[in-house]
Amino acid sequence: MKHDDLVGAGTSGERVVIEGHVLDGDGEPVPDAIIEIWQANSYGKYAHPEDQQDKPLEPSFSGYGRIPTDDEGQFRFTTIKPGPVPDLDGKFQAPHIVVSVFARGLLRRLVTRIYFSDEPANATDFVLNLVEASRCETLIAKKIAGVSGKLEWNVILQGPNETVFFDCGL
Amino acid sequence: MAKIVTYRRPNPDSQPPYLHPTYISSIKRAPSKSLIYLPHTLSEVTGPSFTEAAIDVKACDLTRQHSGNPLGERIIVSGRVMDEDGRPLQHSLIEVWQANAAGRYLHKRDQHNAPLDPNFTGSGHTLTDAEGRYRFVTIRPGSYPWGNHHNAWRPAHIHFSLFGPAFASRLVTQMYFPGDPLLPFDPIFNCTADENARNRLISLFDWETTIPSQALGFKFDIILSGREATPMEP
Ligand SMILES: [Fe+2]
Repeated sequence: MKHDDLVGAGTSGERVVIEGHVLDGDGEPVPDAIIEIWQANSYGKYAHPEDQQDKPLEPSFSGYGRIPTDDEGQFRFTTIKPGPVPDLDGKFQAPHIVVSVFARGLLRRLVTRIYFSDEPANATDFVLNLVEASRCETLIAKKIAGVSGKLEWNVILQGPNETVFFDCGL
Repeated sequence: MAKIVTYRRPNPDSQPPYLHPTYISSIKRAPSKSLIYLPHTLSEVTGPSFTEAAIDVKACDLTRQHSGNPLGERIIVSGRVMDEDGRPLQHSLIEVWQANAAGRYLHKRDQHNAPLDPNFTGSGHTLTDAEGRYRFVTIRPGSYPWGNHHNAWRPAHIHFSLFGPAFASRLVTQMYFPGDPLLPFDPIFNCTADENARNRLISLFDWETTIPSQALGFKFDIILSGREATPMEP
């Protein structure tokens, strides 16, 4: 079940295309990976009963996507930039998408996040602040020069430029 | 602001490590840096949900997806999905995929010289019911060779993908069959250090769900993480 376009008729928010590659420790493409994403809508509301914020839900936006990589290890999906959601101290997290990565050779999923490069809120985001500054870059989707609405974000499974992965439990 | 009820973390030995060198594909794909502990926020305690509308009711019977009957031994795989506290995980999506009876996947990267079965695709899905129960009708998958080491064969298995109630409960695993002689030699099965946790991946033969003259029954219950505290009733 591939689902790489999350935007439906009437979905509000800034539309973005996020693309990149999944690469192994030798820099070789991983053609059998699956990226799964989960995010809030443009108001910062999750389509889930445990989100009790007083913000609008949008029937056209579930917030879930599943994107397999192609033979070159590339993936691409279309979504909207999510709004801010609360952190654990009554403040807000910077806009982000949570990500699971599955592939042959991964005995369990890898968990990471996508943040956005043009966000002042990144500086105070408590999750980004758990990460050493030099590695935060791996969590930030960057604008592709000359193409509006297109962002690049890669998953480097291993090595000096390894993507930051989180211990999320399962 | 509503309180976040986080998910319990599994005992490390009950889950596979990322790097398990006897599983060759993990060597270049396992992260080399330590994972960063992520406290669960609203982003992790929420997650996708799937309604009846998104489900093909025929997808739980993998033997009826084509005009003819697939070859092989018909089986019924059923069980319950619960959290560690025994609470059923209801209306939760389960997806399965597997090789056919000859040990071949319908996938362009599967080069095993066993025959494809035109009547078997090998993938299905269903939602758990209000008690967390699920049931698939399928055929017993064959063992298949793989390139991990000389004369490597995977024990018969069915891949299971579960969402549970939240991003934090997402799990992809494999179900095995009791008495499979290949289990002691399989680096994927044996990557989980805790023997009890490992053995929970082996289904049980079950007379209760076996249908006379039709199909053998196998039971496979799946336990996902529990919550740190009892959620408030609305
Ligand atoms: Fe398999």
